[in-house]
Amino acid sequence: MSKNKSNYLIKRNNNEYEVVIGLEVHAQVLSKSKLFSESPTKFGSEPNTQVSLVDAAFPGMLPVINEFCIKQAVKTGIGLKAKINKKSIFDRKNYFYADLPQGYQISQYKSPIVGEGSVVLDLPSGEKTVGIERLHLEQDAGKSIHDIDPQNTFVDLNRSGVALMEIVSKPDLRSLEEVNIYIKKLRSIMRYLGTCDGNMQEGSLRADVNVSVRKMGSTNLGTRCEIKNVNSIKFMQMAIDYEANRQVDIVENGGKIDQETRLFDTKKNETRSMRSKEDAHDYRYFPDPDLLPLVLTDEFINDLKKNIPELPDEKKKRFIEKFKLSSYEANILVSDIETSKYFEEVIKNTDVKLATNWITGELFALLNERNLDITESPISAINLSKLVDLIKKGTISGKIAKSVFEMMAEDDKDPQKIIEEKNLKQESDPKELEKLIDKVINENPDKVKEFKLGKEKLFGFFVGQAMKISGGKANPQLVNELLKKKLK
Amino acid sequence: MNGILDLTLVKLVEKIKNRELSSEEVTKTFIDRSQKSKKLNVYITENFDKALEEAKNFDQKPDFKKKLAGIPIAVKDLFCTKDLKTTAASKILENFIPTYESTITDNLWKEGGILLGKLNCDEFAMGSSNETSYFGNVQSPLGANLVPGGSSGGSASALAANLTPITIGTDTGGSIRQPASFTGTVGLKPTYGSCSRYGIVAFASSLDQAGPMTKDVKDCSLLFEVISSYDKKDSTSVDFKRGNYLNNLTNSIKGKKIGIPKEYRVDGMSKEIEELWQKGVNILKDAGAEVIDISLPNTSYALPAYYIVAPAEASSNLARYDGVKYGFRAKGDNLIDMYEKTRSEGFGNEVKRRIMIGTYVLSSGYYDAYYLKAQKVRRLIKNDFDDAYKKVDAILTPSTPNSAFKIGEKTNDPVSMYLNDIFTVPVNLAGIPAISIPAGHDSNGLPLGLQIIGKAFDEQNILNIAFSMEQQIKFKNKITDWWI
Repeated sequence: MSKNKSNYLIKRNNNEYEVVIGLEVHAQVLSKSKLFSESPTKFGSEPNTQVSLVDAAFPGMLPVINEFCIKQAVKTGIGLKAKINKKSIFDRKNYFYADLPQGYQISQYKSPIVGEGSVVLDLPSGEKTVGIERLHLEQDAGKSIHDIDPQNTFVDLNRSGVALMEIVSKPDLRSLEEVNIYIKKLRSIMRYLGTCDGNMQEGSLRADVNVSVRKMGSTNLGTRCEIKNVNSIKFMQMAIDYEANRQVDIVENGGKIDQETRLFDTKKNETRSMRSKEDAHDYRYFPDPDLLPLVLTDEFINDLKKNIPELPDEKKKRFIEKFKLSSYEANILVSDIETSKYFEEVIKNTDVKLATNWITGELFALLNERNLDITESPISAINLSKLVDLIKKGTISGKIAKSVFEMMAEDDKDPQKIIEEKNLKQESDPKELEKLIDKVINENPDKVKEFKLGKEKLFGFFVGQAMKISGGKANPQLVNELLKKKLK
Repeated sequence: MNGILDLTLVKLVEKIKNRELSSEEVTKTFIDRSQKSKKLNVYITENFDKALEEAKNFDQKPDFKKKLAGIPIAVKDLFCTKDLKTTAASKILENFIPTYESTITDNLWKEGGILLGKLNCDEFAMGSSNETSYFGNVQSPLGANLVPGGSSGGSASALAANLTPITIGTDTGGSIRQPASFTGTVGLKPTYGSCSRYGIVAFASSLDQAGPMTKDVKDCSLLFEVISSYDKKDSTSVDFKRGNYLNNLTNSIKGKKIGIPKEYRVDGMSKEIEELWQKGVNILKDAGAEVIDISLPNTSYALPAYYIVAPAEASSNLARYDGVKYGFRAKGDNLIDMYEKTRSEGFGNEVKRRIMIGTYVLSSGYYDAYYLKAQKVRRLIKNDFDDAYKKVDAILTPSTPNSAFKIGEKTNDPVSMYLNDIFTVPVNLAGIPAISIPAGHDSNGLPLGLQIIGKAFDEQNILNIAFSMEQQIKFKNKITDWWI
């Protein structure tokens, strides 16, 4: 299927096809209230408990823009290095559905709040910039529930009117891996900004996926199909892979791709036609007369710009320059804002290199094993910092540190206290170590003889014995030095 | 007869404040007359018992600081009233009881007004004769089988027949001014953004504006003062300092420049209307105003543009009436079937006609040719007025091209019905204020109105001009109580 991860080509007969992918990501704006009403947006509430008269489209009810949501969209635009449009317009997208109380969705059609921008992906082969076409604000619909009653459909309007940012990429993605990295990067940026929690299980991040194929070398775009509302990266990848192969088969058999909207069936792992271009809804977009054009002042935009936190790309650059981390290490540490915060907390008082190794090694393994987020880490950044420092100062060996780490993972105890209580402090007193070494030498005269005759490999044996007798507490470096002297 | 019915709002408030009249007496008088006037079919929902109770409550604890102290008021059934049925004169909302109050009516009650009932109108305010109401047509107090105009026909009829001392209507293309003109009453369409649209059943959002309908200009000034307010719940509400329109009312209009737009001299305009207009000009001159001929070159495009923009917005605004959440629902085999049956049975013909026109002009392939072009025309019409206002302070035109017509006369000819709005529609498209005052009678003794159009937020000026003209015209409505 592919030679390397970022080179995803589909082969049929003697032809190679490139897959062209564009994403329309729907990101729920992190906001306590909805885009045009004061109803709360809390996830998982009882059906129809977060619905105002505006959300349910009662006669005479009018939308009022939630300024906070506007700020969130502008911040996201800044994070995407995008043009912020000082004038944008809310339009009505008209269609009938039971979970769309107004009979139209308020969205932005011709004049979105955010224009062109870009996102940088870190691929194994290097950096790649993916273009952003636009970001616009729109209302979410409610939810139709078909499986409670055999005869009736129930409607839950809790989501109705919740603010979404639709972030439309250019058709710049070329592989499943790029899709994965793009979504993660987008999510990372929004989490840094606090504009979307990126929680895919709760539907805070969904995407419509546009897929087309073309023969290698062709510069024209093929006819695309849009796969609607895919809610996990894994499903996106499965859907794209199915869809791209379906399209290649059609082309190879001399057929033509129909531009259409398709659904991804997660159970059957296939995409199915939902409606063709001919059946496409005529949404009768027009500017919402209940809302005036949204005009942003330079001051408003600049105030937000001033308060944009350091974003992953900048943070990565700083980590590499200031802490001499590798690009790989920096990537791992900045991809999630909470991880980067943890890292910066740990290295405040200790060695960066060692701390990096402990975080990306032991800590990540622990979190993985327990399926925990860094914010739920059983070991606080302060205590990990202390542990790293104890290793650095030679108070304990790396090996002892691992067992101390395990104990810390149980109750987040101060490593200093663990060491004292369990008497794990490293033995670095030359007199004590000399006693140890003498003991080893005296107990193994044969081995000493062999060593002196040239069997130098035995050196390791003596070190091991000394460490064993000390219960692992002997300073290995000093043991080495002393042994060398004694065995001369 | 104690004369209460003939008193203006200002006089009634004065007498209540002086304790010459109680709110109960006043309220009871209007209720009694309303009960004798069922033939006019002005009420969709009566609130008489509750109104009497409230009037008694007011009398027990009167607050004379309020501008509408203890005054009973019937309102157009397009304003949502908490716990009282609000139908928009449509079957689809036949049994809809809001849990909320429109800002406009809330302003009335806060100033001591008492709700008498909800008045008939054209369905969703779509009509010029009050014949499209699901609850039947309204009779004009000026003669049997005569339309009161529309869409605020119930309001105009109730006011002219003395069933309510004042009322409020809504005006999307002339729905306050045309019925005011037909019934010999005063009606003001305020500047767009002056009166909140919150809680008013929407027809065409960018044009709808609520306004006062009264017996004279003083009452109009007072009522406008009460209902106009900045409202955060309506994003198109404008935050400007509202005036004391009644206190500042003056008949001194010396030196005011009044424009006479030649384009309003339409083909086939009756001699009576011409003469009425000329009479207005003379009166203004007598009052010391300077009358200037002006041009509003794009006037002829206003009506077609209006009949694209208004239905377009309506087609979208009325999408919410789908039988899912509230109001009338027809049984259907599935969702689409339920939608189709609900909307087929729930809406009347005129509403359906406009939804279809609106859907058509917004559909892809037609949007640019119709909706977009209509919006451009709208801009040109606004520019026309802006240009005119560089030279004049206000504009005088007839309110309507004719007096009230017979019920049924135009029901089969929607275009001739739409032509009734020819003088009123440009004002809505431009978002500016205009007032219609009774100015004379036609040969059949039916009232005719003159319209004074002002600059945006310059209501005080047109009220002053109207006040001055009113004092010279000394209009008397010829009402015979034929229905009692």
